[in-house]
Amino acid sequence: MASERKGRVAAINGNMVAITFDDYVIQNEVAYVACGADRLKAEVIRVRGDKAEAQVYESTTGVKVGDAVTFTDALLSVELGPGLLGQIFDGLQNPLPDLAKECGFFLKRGVYKDPLPDAGQWDFTPSAKAGQKVRAGDKLGTVPEKIFKHAIMAPFDLKGEWEVAEIVGAGRYTLKDVVARLKDANGKLVECRMVQTWPVKVAIKAYAEKFMPTEPLVTKMRLIDSLFPVARGGTYCVPGPFGAGKTVLQQLISRHADVDIVIIAACGERAGEVVETLKTFPELKDPKTGKPLSDRTVIICNTSSMPVAARESSVYTAVTIAEYYRQMGLNVMLLADSTSRWAQAMREMSGRLEEIPGEEAFPAYLESRIASFYERAGVVRLYDGTMGSVTIGGTVSPAGGNFEEPVTQATLKVVGAFHGLSRERSDARRYPAIDPLISWSKYPSIIDVREIAAGHAILRKSHDVGQMMKVIGEEGTSLKDYVDYLKGEFFDFVYLQQNAFDPVDEATSAERQKAVYGFIYKNVLQADFAFTDKEAALHFFHQLRQLFRGWNSAAQDTGEYKKIQDEIQALIETQLKSKKDGERA
Amino acid sequence: MHKVYTNIIQIAGDVITVEADGIGSMEIAQVMTKGGVSLAQVIRIDGRRVSLQVFAGSRGVSTGDQVRFLGHPMRVASGENLLGRIFNGSGEPLDRGPALSENMVDIGGPSVNPVKRIIPRRMIRTNIPMIDVFNSLVESQKLPIFSIAGEPYNALLARIAIQAQVDIIILGGMGLKHDDYLFFRDTLEEAGALSRAIFFIHTAADPTVECLLVPDLSLAVAEQSALAGKRVLVLLTDMTNFCDALKEVSITMEQVPSNRGYPGDLYSQLASRYEKAVDFDTAGSITILAATTMPGDDVTHPVPDNTGYITEGQFYLKNKVIEPFGSLSRLKQQVNGATRDDHRTIMDTMIQLFASYRETLEKQAMGFQMSNWDKKLLRYGGLFESQMMSLEVNISLERALDRGWEILAECFSPEETGIKKALIEKYWPVRKNME
Repeated sequence: MASERKGRVAAINGNMVAITFDDYVIQNEVAYVACGADRLKAEVIRVRGDKAEAQVYESTTGVKVGDAVTFTDALLSVELGPGLLGQIFDGLQNPLPDLAKECGFFLKRGVYKDPLPDAGQWDFTPSAKAGQKVRAGDKLGTVPEKIFKHAIMAPFDLKGEWEVAEIVGAGRYTLKDVVARLKDANGKLVECRMVQTWPVKVAIKAYAEKFMPTEPLVTKMRLIDSLFPVARGGTYCVPGPFGAGKTVLQQLISRHADVDIVIIAACGERAGEVVETLKTFPELKDPKTGKPLSDRTVIICNTSSMPVAARESSVYTAVTIAEYYRQMGLNVMLLADSTSRWAQAMREMSGRLEEIPGEEAFPAYLESRIASFYERAGVVRLYDGTMGSVTIGGTVSPAGGNFEEPVTQATLKVVGAFHGLSRERSDARRYPAIDPLISWSKYPSIIDVREIAAGHAILRKSHDVGQMMKVIGEEGTSLKDYVDYLKGEFFDFVYLQQNAFDPVDEATSAERQKAVYGFIYKNVLQADFAFTDKEAALHFFHQLRQLFRGWNSAAQDTGEYKKIQDEIQALIETQLKSKKDGERA
Repeated sequence: MHKVYTNIIQIAGDVITVEADGIGSMEIAQVMTKGGVSLAQVIRIDGRRVSLQVFAGSRGVSTGDQVRFLGHPMRVASGENLLGRIFNGSGEPLDRGPALSENMVDIGGPSVNPVKRIIPRRMIRTNIPMIDVFNSLVESQKLPIFSIAGEPYNALLARIAIQAQVDIIILGGMGLKHDDYLFFRDTLEEAGALSRAIFFIHTAADPTVECLLVPDLSLAVAEQSALAGKRVLVLLTDMTNFCDALKEVSITMEQVPSNRGYPGDLYSQLASRYEKAVDFDTAGSITILAATTMPGDDVTHPVPDNTGYITEGQFYLKNKVIEPFGSLSRLKQQVNGATRDDHRTIMDTMIQLFASYRETLEKQAMGFQMSNWDKKLLRYGGLFESQMMSLEVNISLERALDRGWEILAECFSPEETGIKKALIEKYWPVRKNME
């Protein structure tokens, strides 16, 4: 330790302590507050005169004025290396299973474990050769991690070109072993290990170029993929009042989205929901690989009763790990639930700092923080030409379910797709409760543009007629309008709504979506039905809906699927034929 | 050993500031006034200035009074001896029993490591169809009852407490009316449940801030019992009073308010209490049922709003029934697949039809002609309200499901319900089809 700088606690207000210091302090450096036998991690967030103010990542119960503080010189960082996949960390990258082994049921404060267990030896295969020129993020070699070839890369903070001075041969090494030495033009040497640390609040930028996200990312949710698509490397947000199904939606996407790796940041939400993910993922099979889902997942879990300051850092920890895997040319999805809790953590700290509050007491820098977080998404071309992407989906929990509030508004400005959940839809058990009338997406869909437009149009028309009917009644509505109303309701029921508890219906492949959407477009939306009266129309659509429900539960490659499709076709044809007969007569 | 200071330099609201050295954050002190001894808790330290919230209120505190620091955070006794006992918001006996000091535990302890939790899997049967069928209560769930003043939420809590199969019932009363307290006591006594109950009671007549400790005391005791393998049900009523006390203290401390005067950390404060609900890996469990009154029946008010984001669902108690819309048990899916194979279908179908019934009611109110379908819905809605929704109904889950089929068959043809064929064949009452 070059400098063991010390300080003393001068004041305590909740999880903020003021510290008098002897020498100098660095903004955002990590410090440890000694409280009895415990060492509590803290981050310097403001310096005023001879006092540094730090947020403590733990409960400050029992901290006294005069307690010793040690500064570390390091910004809040995470360790990046093999062994991250399948792990469960808290917001500071503390591995929770290891903590449980040591401390039992409760999270004991002041206990910090190594995020990456060093006991394991990793099978390193070099890919770079001595004398080769490398830049930050270039591959030096690989180790197998679960189903991936985990790339060991040149440190991300290298500037310019470096030469590989030496590199070890293939073999088993620990994370602490030096696997390569790099040399710059001046002969300066850096040692590379399989693990590197990176400050969480700084984006990793070791890539050649960042692209516009255009390629659809299939989530197997019909409403999303067809009407409000997400793009690989894009961003989307899911605001909704409580009870509208945000978390269930995120869980479904984490299972079915077509990506290599999923990072789940459970930020300030219920512990119970994380537990569900923790316990089910090791048992669920990844449809692509047949391996447990947990093998391609990293969970960052800072639930609502865990310390607030660590909640603020948890989303950064998550996005940094996402960027790390992107650097290997993988497609990563980060699901943050919920960004509002993260914003509230900022608000709590801002209040303790007695900063001048902005709207609803959120700090003035709320918008820029949200924007810079979502900006860490993207699809990039690495120096070696491979592509990698980070897609970010964040839920927002607006106070009172009102989308006018600051966090929702700041988020809407920066994301590429908006999946607004509505209480009306969830009350009516129309899941997923994404409201098709308010949601939008700037990304291209897997369905033809014209067909999509027709879908949107019928939903709007149906809604308008429905509203109108509330005023003028069914008898005041023309039969044509009434049929449009029924078409919209039908489309909603059998296509937009998806039963998350039906093994087939819960996930619809892109191919099936195209087929079914095309079918509905051609045979229902475009069809010119004629009914004798409204009762007959209602009856017809009830029957149609019934058949479609069964169709949605039938796997695509079964006889059942074909059989029901024929039944539906027959029912529609009978209806159209009766119309022709009527005309002839 | 205890440090005693007499230099009180500020008294504002229920917060006093005293000059002292070597005091730990959140430490407990006794303030000795002429009127008696009150507990106080350190809430901020700035150099030598230590601010404490005085639980009995600051009225009558003199600048010359003694403040005696106890050197530890707030503690409470725990264990079997508490059963059948009644305490106040500071943990002192309200009945005539002795004060307890065994197995003292710190209140507001650390949170449970998520990896040591398990997925809840046991349903708590209440024999109220609106709960059992439509929003099953699950062990380790945290669930508030949203209602307005005047609704029988305390009666509902008491009924669930008596009928639920749990080992220990803990009641945390905040700002409780004295007659409500007596109601709980008498109701539990009549049902023979008082001997497995523990009360922490803060009544409306007590100083406001004293209710701040009630949830922590109740939950700390619950936690100890759960660790000893007991299944504990904690009732907290009314959490809005708790939030109002938080508001009062934070305004006194000149904190920037976030929304309608409530502190910015309201969410975290509530979460750290509600998240004590747990099903331990190898021990017992804590289930929390809370009453949250909504000022002005406004669910977007900060208290119900923040609560709703924390809890695993909510029950709306409106016009003396549990309202099916908005009411939600997030954990019901964990248990209602294993009860009976028609449970989920009955639940979904009946609610969807009930939603249509509500729409029809609106149409009817506006004087529109009722179609055949509307008439069927009206008939259905009436039956649903009287035979399912009414809180008078006290039947088992299985009986309630059967009744669901009967109601459906009385009003609709099978295809009108949209239920899958297989289930129709199995459960649709045959009698109706033959008529």
